[in-house]
Order: sequence, then C-alpha cells, then structure tokens
Amino acid sequence: MTTVEEPTAAPDPAQPATSSGKVRKAFSSPLASIFMIVVTVLWTIPTIGLLVTSVRPAGDVALTGWWTVFTHPSFTLENYHKVLFESSFGSSGGMLPYLVNSLAIAIPATIFPLALASMAAYALAWVRFKGSDTIFFAIFALQIVPLQMALIPLLQLFNGGAHIGSVTIIPAPNLGGTYVPVWLAHTMFAMPLAIFLLHNFIAQLPRDVMEAAQVDGASHFKIFRTIVLPLAAPALASFAIFQFLWTWNDLLVALTFVGGTADVAPLTVRLSQMAGSFGRSWEVVTAGAFISIVVPLIVFFSLQRYFVRGLLAGSVKG
Amino acid sequence: MHISARRRALALFAPAAALALVAACSNTPSSNSASPVPTLTGDCAKYQAYAGHAGTKVTMFASIISPESDSLQKSWDEFSKCTGISIAYEGSNDFESQLPVRVSGGNPPDLAVIPQPGLLQQMVKTGKVAKPSAETVANVDKYWNKAWKQYGTVNDTFYAAPMSANMKSLVWYSPKAFTAAGYQVPTTWADMMSLSDKIAAKGGGVKPWCGGIGSGTATGWPATDWLEQVVLRENGGQVYDDWVAHKVKFSDAPITGSMQTMQNWMLNPKYVNGGFGDVKSIATTTFQDAGKPILTGKCYMLQQASFYGAQWPKGTKVAEDGDVFAFYLPAIKSDVTTPVIGGGEFVTAFSNRPEVQAVQNYLSTPEWATSRIKVATGWVSANNGADQSAYTDPIDKLSAKYLTDSSATFRFDASDLMPAAVGAGEEWKQMTAWFAEGKSITDVTKAIDQAWPN
Amino acid sequence: MPGIHTMFEASTLSDAVTKLLNTFGAVAGFLAILLIVFYAAGRATGKISRPLTILVFLGPAVLLILIGLIIPAARTIWLSTKSDDSTRFLGAKNYTWAFTSDSIHQVLLNTLLWIIVAPIVTTALGLCIALLVDRLKNEAVYKSLIFMPMAISFVGASIIWRFIYETRDSSQPQIGLLSQTVMALGWKHPPNWILSHPLNNFLLMVIMIWVQTGFAMVVLSAAIKAIPAEIIEAAKVDGARGGNLFFRVTVPMIRNTLIVVLTTVMITTLKVFDIVRTMTGGNFGTQILANEMYSQSFVQFNIGRGSALAVILFVAVLPLVGYNIVQLRKERGNR
Repeated sequence: MTTVEEPTAAPDPAQPATSSGKVRKAFSSPLASIFMIVVTVLWTIPTIGLLVTSVRPAGDVALTGWWTVFTHPSFTLENYHKVLFESSFGSSGGMLPYLVNSLAIAIPATIFPLALASMAAYALAWVRFKGSDTIFFAIFALQIVPLQMALIPLLQLFNGGAHIGSVTIIPAPNLGGTYVPVWLAHTMFAMPLAIFLLHNFIAQLPRDVMEAAQVDGASHFKIFRTIVLPLAAPALASFAIFQFLWTWNDLLVALTFVGGTADVAPLTVRLSQMAGSFGRSWEVVTAGAFISIVVPLIVFFSLQRYFVRGLLAGSVKG
Repeated sequence: MHISARRRALALFAPAAALALVAACSNTPSSNSASPVPTLTGDCAKYQAYAGHAGTKVTMFASIISPESDSLQKSWDEFSKCTGISIAYEGSNDFESQLPVRVSGGNPPDLAVIPQPGLLQQMVKTGKVAKPSAETVANVDKYWNKAWKQYGTVNDTFYAAPMSANMKSLVWYSPKAFTAAGYQVPTTWADMMSLSDKIAAKGGGVKPWCGGIGSGTATGWPATDWLEQVVLRENGGQVYDDWVAHKVKFSDAPITGSMQTMQNWMLNPKYVNGGFGDVKSIATTTFQDAGKPILTGKCYMLQQASFYGAQWPKGTKVAEDGDVFAFYLPAIKSDVTTPVIGGGEFVTAFSNRPEVQAVQNYLSTPEWATSRIKVATGWVSANNGADQSAYTDPIDKLSAKYLTDSSATFRFDASDLMPAAVGAGEEWKQMTAWFAEGKSITDVTKAIDQAWPN
Repeated sequence: MPGIHTMFEASTLSDAVTKLLNTFGAVAGFLAILLIVFYAAGRATGKISRPLTILVFLGPAVLLILIGLIIPAARTIWLSTKSDDSTRFLGAKNYTWAFTSDSIHQVLLNTLLWIIVAPIVTTALGLCIALLVDRLKNEAVYKSLIFMPMAISFVGASIIWRFIYETRDSSQPQIGLLSQTVMALGWKHPPNWILSHPLNNFLLMVIMIWVQTGFAMVVLSAAIKAIPAEIIEAAKVDGARGGNLFFRVTVPMIRNTLIVVLTTVMITTLKVFDIVRTMTGGNFGTQILANEMYSQSFVQFNIGRGSALAVILFVAVLPLVGYNIVQLRKERGNR
C-alpha cells in the first residue's frame, strides 16, 4: 500500500484529535440516517426469513410465504429438535459431535495460517532480501488459483505421499481419520490472501520503532514477538474472523479431506446430509443454518472491538 | 477411524483419551483374524458364511442420506453384530463428484453404492475397482434379471451387484379427486391424452398435469426421464439401447419424434403446469414441490418415480382409495409390452479384502433385501428372491410387481447410462432450456449430440 | 462393532472433550514448536543468521504455497492440454473449444458482468455504509446486522433466497417475497424472476453483494476511523464540506484500502461457484466460469476442458493482479 501522505493535509497540532466526531458532523444529514435504516432492514429481511422458516411446520413451508406467519402464526420447534438431538449415521450425540468437529477444524485452521502468514508477511516487509519483491508478488498472484484444482493432487499427497517415478520423496503420511489433512488444506488455501492482507498492515508499522529495536540488538525473532505481534493485533483479529468464517462455512474442503462420518465431519457436512436424499427438508436446513451462525456471531462480537483499528488501518496513517 | 483417532488422542492427552479407549476396547470383539473361523450360533447362525472377520471395518460411501440411510444401517445391524464386521457408512449429496475425487486422490471407500452405470464405467476405467467374489456373481445370476446384471457389467466383466431399485414409469394422481370427478384411471396412452383434454377443458386454473424439473445442480433430470418414457414406449428396447450407445443420435428421427410427442404432453400449454403457471414454470418448480397441487385440486397428474412417495406431506394417505396413489404410465404401442423405466444402485468394491467381499456378498442376497424391506417402506428390490409379502406399502408393492415382471420391457434410466458429459451435463441443460427458453427441438438435439465425448 | 450406539451415548461427552483437548493440544504444540525454533534460530549469529531468519520466517509459508497452490496450478495447466480422461495430448484444442462454443461465450460474458458489477457495488455500498454508520447511535447493532450474512453458509443462503425469488402463478399464493412485494405494489403479473434473462444474472449477484458487503464495510470502516483527525480538520479549514470533503479527503486517504477490498471481492467473485450452482445450476443463461469449470471437471469428468477453463480463469484476473502489483511496487519502492 502506498502510504498516503497527502501534501495538502498538514496536521494542525492545535486541534484536539476527535476525528470520528468531526467526520460524523461533516457527513451528517437525515437522509443518511434513513439510508442506513433502509439498507439495514433490507439486509436483515433474508435472515429474518431464514429464522421464520426455521420455526415453521414442514408442510407450510412450500405452500405459503414465510411472512404469512405474522398474520397466521403457526410455530414449531420441531425442526430445531430434529437438528439438535435426532440421531443418525450411527451416532447418537445429535448435533454435538459435529459442532465439536467444526470447532476442532476451524480453530487450528484459523491459527495456523495466521501464525505462518504473519511470519511470512513480516519477513517480506522488514527482512528485505533479493527476490523478496518477486516472492511477494507471486504470492499475491496465486490468490487466483481455484482451490478445486488442488483437491486431487493434495489428496494424492495425503494418501500416497509424493513420488517422482519410483523414488519416494515423502512417504505416505497415515492421516486417515484425523483432522490434519483438512487443517493443512485450509492453511495452504488461506496463505496468499492472509500474507497479502497482513503484509499491508505490518509493512506500515512505524519504522522508527523497528529501527530502534534493531539498534538495541534485538533479533528479528524478538522484534516479531515483542513488537510486531502486539502492534498488529487488530489486523490479526480481523483476518482471524474472516478465516474462521470461511473455514466454518466450508463444505467442499471438509468433504474432500475428512469425509462425512461423525468422527470428523463438521456441521456443514452434517447439514447438507440432513437435507434428505431428495432434498426435501428445507425447514431442517434453515434451522441448522441458524444454529451454525451462532458461533461465528459470538466470535464476531468478541473480536469486534479490534475492528476499531482494523485490517488495513495501518495503510492510512498520516 | 474411531480407534486410530483415539490412539492419537492418547498420545497427547492420556487421561482423557484413556476413558474413551477403554470404552472402545470393551466393544471390540476379542477374536482376531489369526484364530480359526468361529461358529456362530442361535440367531447368528444364518451369518455363518460371513464369519471369521470379527473386529474388521468396512467403509461405505453412497448418495443415500438421512433418513433413508438410517433404514439401510438398521437393515445390516444384525449382520454386523453377529459377524463383528462394522460398516462405517457415509452418505453425501455430493457423492457423484466426491467419489471420483476420492478415487483419483487415492482414498476410495471400500464399497461405493453407485446409482449411475455410467459413473461405474468411469470408475472401472481408473483401474481401482475390485471384482466381486464368486458367491456374489452367483447370487446375481440367480436372483436378478439379466438386464440388471448387464448394468453392473463393464466391457464384459461383471463388477457391481444391484442393490435397490426404483420404478420410474408411474403417474401420481389423487384417487379421491378422480372419483369425485368421475374419471377412470387410463390404461392406454390415448385414453390418458383424452382424459387430459377433458380436464384441460374444465378451465378455472385447473390443469391435467403438473411437473417440476428444478433440482439444484441436477436441474433437468426429471425432463430426461419423461423423454426416456416416450422413447421406450414409441421405439422399443432396441432403439433405446442404440440411443444409449449413441448409435441413434438425439437428432435422429426416432428421438426427435418422441420429443414431438413430449412437446404435445408436458410442454403443452393446455396441459401444464397446474398450480404453478405456464410451461416455463416447470423449469423453476422443484421436482419435490411438483406434485403438491394434486392435493389442492389444481392439478390431476404427475409423472414421477416411485420414490416421489416420500414427498407427500405427513398425514397424506397413499393408497388405492386414498389422497394420492399412482398408476402405471400406459404403453403407447402394443408391440412394446409393458415398457418399464427404472433406476437403482450398484454396490461397487474398491478393495478385495475378505471382509469387504463378505459385505458386498451379503448385500446381494435375498435375505438382506428382505431385511431392508422390513425395516421401512419406500424401498424396493429387483431381487427375485426377496420376500414379496414383506412389502407393506402399496406403492412398493406396485413397483415391485413391475420390476420383477419377466415379460416387461425393462430398461435402466438412459441418462444414467450415458457418459456424464451428456447424461449429467448437456442433456439436463438443454432439456431445461427447452422448457425455460422455448428452444427448438432441432437446436436442443444438436447441442446434446455435440457434447457427446468422442 | 456391536453396541456402538450405547457406547456413543455414554461417551459422547468424553469424546467431545477428547477431540477438543486434542485440538488445543495440536495448536499448543504448533505454537510451542514455533517458539522453540524462534529461540534456537534467534541464538544464531554471524553469517548464517540472516539466511536462517529468512528461512524460518518464510520457509513454511512458501512450502505450503508450493504444495497447495503452485504444483496444482502447474498440473492444471498440463491437464488443460489433455483429453477428457487425461490420456491423449490435445494441444490447444480445449482452448479452441472454450472460445468457439456458444455456451461458453455466454459463460464468459456473464463472468465479465459478475466481476465488474458485484465488486463495484459491494465496495461502493460497503463504503457508504462505513461512512454513514459511523454517526448513528447503536453503530454496533447496524454493523452486526449487515455483517450477519457473512456468517450464513451458502446452503442456508441459497435456501432463503429461493424464498425471495420463487414465483408462482399469479392466481396462487406466492411463497417468494419479491413477487409478493411487487404484486402488493400493483404489478399484477410479475415475471418468473429466475427465468428472466439477463435480469436473473443481477438477481444472483445480489446474493453475492448481500454476503460480501459486510466484509467491505468492516474493512473500510476501520480505514475511515484511522484517518487522523488533523487531516479532516485541515481540510475543513480549507473549506471542504460534505461530498467535497468525502471525495477530496476521505476517498484519497483510504484509496489503498478501497483497492484491496475491490481486488479481494473481485477474486472471491471469480472463484465463487456455490451461488450459481445452488440457485440455478447454471441454467437459464446464468452460468459463470467458476461453476462451469467445476461442473466440467467434477460432474462431467471433462478434466481437460475443466482445466482449460481454470487456466482462462486465472488469466482473466491477470490484468487486475498486474494493476495491484504496480500499486504495490510503488509503495514498496517508497520505503
């Protein structure tokens, strides 16, 4: 990111720094409030539709619009009961095992790329070396590789190891029935965007702080741990939530790398199975979809305060 | 998977994992493969043929998901208990795309239940499919009609035994509504059309037929079924087989002729789409919703397979004198006797471990078929040895009657036999465009022929 | 395994605890290894210290990218020159097919429409919301509600949008909200939305915009809040107000963030296939490249054609990537 150093914008030290208050006033108009309310309502209607559908009896869903419940109320919690407690596939824990699997997949699949990408971003931004630009641009460009194309080669690697001709380079790792393949896959796929976004932030950290630490004789490892990570916390938090959401809602990667048994399959796999062989149980899926958004929302709320200085805030410091 | 996951857990967190491991161990049959084949007694005696593999696990992957898959699992519960072979079942709606990915990724299931002979061919091509045991072949020879064995055969080698079957040549209707209006169930195609005209003349938004071909990613498949019904009825089995092999092209006269018949039927604005709108609305109506207007009297008939029975809302009486029932879609020409289009699944092995063969073999027996029939309704087997009196559902009975009728002209769903580029691709797409965009028969057939792989 | 059902009941909880402990163990182990490596590598001095630093920081990421992206990408390019079952070499035939087939023309056109309209609308809307939400009471409530669609899986989202676009004959009760609304407003016979080409393309884009606006808003809002107060004040001293202030000060200040958001949404748009896949299956003239690629490769087993489409997909984004690289180069050059 270019650091925008607007020549016109000379800082005026006499003014108190209450930017948001001033911005607030500057753009203020009742029209704007109305716009916001309209947009928010529009954005919420589909979600409300989802919620309403999830508490309607199965038979009504296909016959009348969901909004009719406001005039002809008819509610049931049966769909939720079905999703949460009904047993099938030889597991009797209802939704619990899948919920646990989802957490067990999403948490490491968020932390691993976050840690490795922030390290790489730091090296590319502050440990400049010949070729670091090229690597950075290449990583950025790799964002466009569609992950579907990586499914088969990765699966081959996880199941059979890597070979060139008859020479075994990597022996077959015995990872069946564990979460490891899906962690690795998510980490790989997340890498380019994570490095790109985190680099934007880390590269903008104040140069004088970094240089002072180096003069003090701190190694890059120490600088990374004690200065970069704390300062980059907002960016890390923002990326964490997006990565968490993507892995939480992922179906394709989970289905390919861990399969659909209660041992390891996440909620999304379970939900798509609950829709019924002939896809008839939408009301169940809506209930499941609603349950599955609860966790991401908790994560969002608990990390929200970091967004005040979010993902790319660093790129606009004066 | 259970055990290995726990072992790993043990390494890291001994106390917590120990609990689980104790639980797991206490359930693992103590006999191991080195000991001689144990003798099964009592209720288990009938599984003696499959004994000797206690403590083994067979993974199975299929497109059948809850709740139908729960009935499947129940059906082999006793088998598992007695033999000690546990069957780890996994169902997925993405089965058709996931199976090839897993097979080429080196992670195939032990058994896959494949509904498309075309997909079976693709899998055989990969070289990963294992041949079934001699017992399985003997079962199939003994209990199944030759056509069924043929669909599990690739390049003259038999690979997969059929499992369940569904009957696609049915028309769903409401016996109550028919009685009230004084209509008779038609027994010839001509009768059916004149009945349609009669209903169409009633007006008031009521139409004789309703239909829906919406099915998410598979949108269009019900339309290919309609075409198959007409093709078999008008042209007979030989042309049908040649059509599947692309010796008769879509753009050839027999097929375009059948499309013309279909145009006067399911694309006839006078006949469709009761309860939903015009002809185009068929393209956006999901196949699941398609029959609902029969219950409200907006529509009188729906051509759909036996498995549509699962779509009726709870409390709908499915019986000859009930809210809904089905009649056999009549023949068009007298020289094609009792044309029946059906579908089904084939149990394919990707491993020749003895326990995998034991399960594959068990699933090909009439004993298993009967066991599954008894668990729940909505499931039919074309296994001649299955106990026909075990069927309790009238639709299952009706379907089984036609599927095991040796004089019937039985053919498998053509789009499932064709290469996936056509049968799961262009044909769906073009048929949908035929309904939705009013594309001409010439354009539709030309595009499908072009997509046929060389 | 006999009695597996009873076992599961008793051990569901302990199973869950085991899995979670296991997971946290893996995370803790991973972080511990990192710390140890950091500590050990930090001790190194002299000549090897710098290369070692680079290796430790960059090595894992580069290795993962190599395995997970570069090798598969190379393999895809190779497969795109082969036949459907990858046994015969076809040269550029698959590409010729892609550029001469009528149905693919439509797909390319739709894809172009998607990558222009969806990211621009998403970003513009996200920007407006980010600006305006700032001065409302209950900012968090608005933000959370707009962010919520991001937390809904595509399966859930496609179901609920079906209940918005579904059209029934006007004599029947509607179950689609859109039809119901326009009928209430006096349009007696609304069209079958999902069939109305080219409108249906935009209706599908609305879903994408609905999901992604939360992302744009969160990121842009953070950038706006980070604009130093002094700059705004100075601009106001110069007489900037309202729209003027917005275009002369705010937009340039967050220009880079805008480009990042636009790029990210655009790349997501190119890659997302679930919306079209679940809503129309690519029918009714709504097919896009990502879904066609998926269906060619995984449903119809035309691996060669599917790979060619994937290559076209990444070539299509190259100009965008190039533009970003120019921007990035400027910035990196500055430092």
